[in-house]
Amino acid sequence: MNRTLYGNLIFELSKKGRKGYSLPQDYDRTHTTAELPATLRRKEAARLPECDELTVVRHYTNLSHNNFGVNDGFYPLGSCTMKYNPVINEEIAGLKAFAGLHPLQPAVTCQGALEVYYNLQVSLAELAGLSEFTLNPCAGAHGELTGLMVIRAYHESRNDVRTKVLIPDSAHGTNPASAAVCGLEVVEVKSNANGTVDLEDLKRLIELEGPNIAAMMMTNPNTLGIFEPRVLEITEMVHKAGGLMYYDGANLNALLGECRPGDMGFDVMHINLHKTFSTPHGGGGPGSGPVGVRKGLEKFLPTPRVKKVVVNYDLPEDGPTEWEGFIVDWGQSESSLGSVGNFFGNFGVMLKAYAYILSLGSENIKHVGQLATLNANYIKERLKGDYLLPIKGLCKHEVVFDGLADKSTGVTTMDVAKRLLDYGYHAPTIYFPLLFHESLMIEPTENESKETIDAFIDVMHKIAEEAKTDPEMVKTAPHNTPIGRVDDVLAAKQPVTTYWKSKQSS
Amino acid sequence: MYKYFPHTEEDLQEMLKAAGAKSVHDFFDDVPEATRFKREYELPEALSETDLRLFFEQLTAPANTQPLICFAGAGCYDHYAPSIVQNLIQRSEYLTSYTPYQAEISQGTLHYIFEYQSMIAELTGMDIANASMYDGATATAEAAMMAWGNAKKANCVLMSETVDPKVRRVVETYAHFHGFPIKLVPAEGGVLDRKALDKALAEGGVAGLIVQQPNYFGIVEDYTGISDAVHEQKGIFIVNANPSDLAILKTPAEWGADVAVGEGQSLGIPMTFGGPGVGYMACTEKLMRKLPGRIVGQTLDNRGQRAFVLTLQAREQHIRRQKATSNICSNQSLMALYVTIYLSLMGKEGLREVAEMSYAGAHSLRDKLIATGKFKDTFPGQPFFNEFCVDYEGDLDALLDECTASGYLAGVKVGEKTLMLAVTEQRSTEEIDELVEIIQQFKEEEAKA
Amino acid sequence: MAKFEEGLRYSESHEYIRVEGEYGYIGISDYAQHELGNVVYVDMPEVDDEVTAGEEFGAVESVKAASDLISPVSGTVVEVNEALEDKPELLNEDAFANWIIKVQLSDPSELDDLMDKAAYEAFCAE
Repeated sequence: MNRTLYGNLIFELSKKGRKGYSLPQDYDRTHTTAELPATLRRKEAARLPECDELTVVRHYTNLSHNNFGVNDGFYPLGSCTMKYNPVINEEIAGLKAFAGLHPLQPAVTCQGALEVYYNLQVSLAELAGLSEFTLNPCAGAHGELTGLMVIRAYHESRNDVRTKVLIPDSAHGTNPASAAVCGLEVVEVKSNANGTVDLEDLKRLIELEGPNIAAMMMTNPNTLGIFEPRVLEITEMVHKAGGLMYYDGANLNALLGECRPGDMGFDVMHINLHKTFSTPHGGGGPGSGPVGVRKGLEKFLPTPRVKKVVVNYDLPEDGPTEWEGFIVDWGQSESSLGSVGNFFGNFGVMLKAYAYILSLGSENIKHVGQLATLNANYIKERLKGDYLLPIKGLCKHEVVFDGLADKSTGVTTMDVAKRLLDYGYHAPTIYFPLLFHESLMIEPTENESKETIDAFIDVMHKIAEEAKTDPEMVKTAPHNTPIGRVDDVLAAKQPVTTYWKSKQSS
Repeated sequence: MYKYFPHTEEDLQEMLKAAGAKSVHDFFDDVPEATRFKREYELPEALSETDLRLFFEQLTAPANTQPLICFAGAGCYDHYAPSIVQNLIQRSEYLTSYTPYQAEISQGTLHYIFEYQSMIAELTGMDIANASMYDGATATAEAAMMAWGNAKKANCVLMSETVDPKVRRVVETYAHFHGFPIKLVPAEGGVLDRKALDKALAEGGVAGLIVQQPNYFGIVEDYTGISDAVHEQKGIFIVNANPSDLAILKTPAEWGADVAVGEGQSLGIPMTFGGPGVGYMACTEKLMRKLPGRIVGQTLDNRGQRAFVLTLQAREQHIRRQKATSNICSNQSLMALYVTIYLSLMGKEGLREVAEMSYAGAHSLRDKLIATGKFKDTFPGQPFFNEFCVDYEGDLDALLDECTASGYLAGVKVGEKTLMLAVTEQRSTEEIDELVEIIQQFKEEEAKA
Repeated sequence: MAKFEEGLRYSESHEYIRVEGEYGYIGISDYAQHELGNVVYVDMPEVDDEVTAGEEFGAVESVKAASDLISPVSGTVVEVNEALEDKPELLNEDAFANWIIKVQLSDPSELDDLMDKAAYEAFCAE
């Protein structure tokens, strides 16, 4: 990362008459768009930039230098599982044969692609301990919504009207938001002093809402990085009340090799391929959020579905012939919840995840959870003096501190996060979970070496020291980044969200 | 150790000791015995990089995976993109970063999203665009929910039958679970039936209307007067438009739309078997705070420099939880970058040229298919852009199989006899002529024998 | 320190109402604006909308938080404070001078369910 601001917008580099493309000119010009009635045509040309190729190359190269990615340095952003994104996976996803496939082309012409798709479904089912997966959802939140739709479709099929969903107060914000989009009402379950689900409160709520409970959504390990030790009792309680258990797969990385959501009693879950299966986050997407279900719920999954089939032909010359292969089933069965996307998901992302699974193989995947957890516990033990550890004991793949231990300096979690940027680290997740005022959530992932982690720990100690000796400097950090702290209030009060608006207001 | 795991035996011992554990298994002591996974995963053994390459080479051999010369569309188009687009989006600073929460070290992402928003606003004519949605179908569903949430008193959202049935199914799925009805307004001769629309509007309680442009069948519909009629009912007018065609076609804003949505894959993104693409979503300033998804805004930093930052976050799930405008928390950032670089290169003229070439190719193909005597226009006299429908008198499946065997994807079957074909600037005159020739030569009886 | 004003009625969700005859001016308390921080947007209903005691009629947004506005009484909106559209920060400057909506009360007895200054001050201190 370059530490001075580049700062240009492509519009500012545009000059009338320049072009950055070349198209064939020898085409049949019998018809032109001038044939279209004027009422169907736009009045003025879109003001898109006019740039030559090198200008565009330099612009986006220079812009990239003001960005920080996993390849630049340690990225301990809690809950986001910022793994290394293997380059070989990019090479495979970029293969021309995959890139040029139209989603509606005949299955016989794309068996290789469908095989990857199908085998990824099967691999995820094995890793999750569930029966079947759909790969249609494009992101974690999209998966949550799809999973809740499965649950509602299940209850609907039984003519059972259930409108409430139990969600622990420590949950990711997407859980209640997904529930609301899915037409469900959120009932919040309290956490106990250990940061795990308060079973007494859960019992009370189940008694209160009983036949109204459609589901309970849970993350395990939860957002504090703590395993819910009484998960089996919880799933049993909810099942007894007639509800289904939803597993938010955001934290699945901790459990690879150790336990599976299906074995904990969960009925429906999503997996973030861009977390647990190493596909790049791309500055916010594209991700992929496959949804898995236990046996009996498969028929509610969204369409289309990729299936393995055996077709029997009876050819006059060859006699009965068997063809085994893969198809995209667009059939809209009565029981399916419907569809959740244009086609059948982000295939480009699936290729990377499947390449990752094949690279690691069964013998390496099983170490992922252990090493991620080792790294997190190591950080926890070494930082717990200078940083307030609100909940003692084991953590899994991430650890949450409640800011600096010494609150007298006035240095906040925000300040610590911003100071880390000066030292060449991405900040941890801050002010989440909401259970603490100064949450600082660190997730190291299994890819980080002891040296990297030790260096990070040293810097964290150093910042704790700086908070005492020079609090003002920490409070005004970062000092060594392309830009300083921004005026959020100005941005929100008078929103300027396009170049044209910015020209008007300047 | 494995190439993605840096821990040596020595590291392990030192770290375990510092963490107060004897073995990595100790960290899972709190996991109930009954839920522990004790066997090996039933997955293939690890492949070396060489073997991994071989594996995928075999899967992409022509016998297994064969891209066809593409005359299919139906929401996914084979457009040209300059070579440097793919190259630039592979830069690790873009590829391996997260959502730009830390503005100080994310100005790269924030700048290009601001550019993307500006370009989408410019193409659609709308005031504001978000940082992107999963795809065109979910963007349309979000728009339907926006209409429903915005309405004070309503009992349905209307949707034209000429909207892509795949998109319709997604909108209907979302609406069903969210809890509002979608009323389908029927089509007549391939376009929205205005009488049926007037009737549906007259019944009242309309939160919004969704139409598509060009519509599913490729027809460029005339939506004059519709926005006023919808607004009279206090509903919002939602136009799902193919952004590539907006180089030429009347913008959603010019049609009086309150919300514009659509699939951005046509802006040069490879088809990749249907995804990832990118959904775009734009609206009027009035609806700005009801818009779902990420939005980047301009501001100043404490050194007085122009800077960009995620803004209007009070709409979003991480703050509002169940009261958020949507549950979406990611976007298709990297695909939005793809679109931004593509549009920077194509610019004002290039996108227009793409539209002209696609239009010319599609009209030329239609003329030639009609001239074979084997086809009739499905919707005679209707203006179309780069996609159109024709009816085939014989066995359409057999004809399509023949084309496939010759390496051509001759369109998408949208009815028993109806074939929908799309042409982009990627299709040469030679390819068009060869497809017509294959069809001309095709003899059903021979195929059957 | 948050200010508390005499003569107003307060709700547990931190709205106040100043009653003048059959009308009431509803806003958020000084304590509430302190908690929220810089207000960047006020989502207000329209004139003639009905509001119901205990139900949401809008929202106040800061950069990193949003708070629903819960009506302390039932009635009809007769005026909204349009100055807040361009200058939401007025709520930070003086929350009591800058009411959000003016309502014609349909059931003045609802006022009895609200707190007076002393009770509200004690409630906030909890």
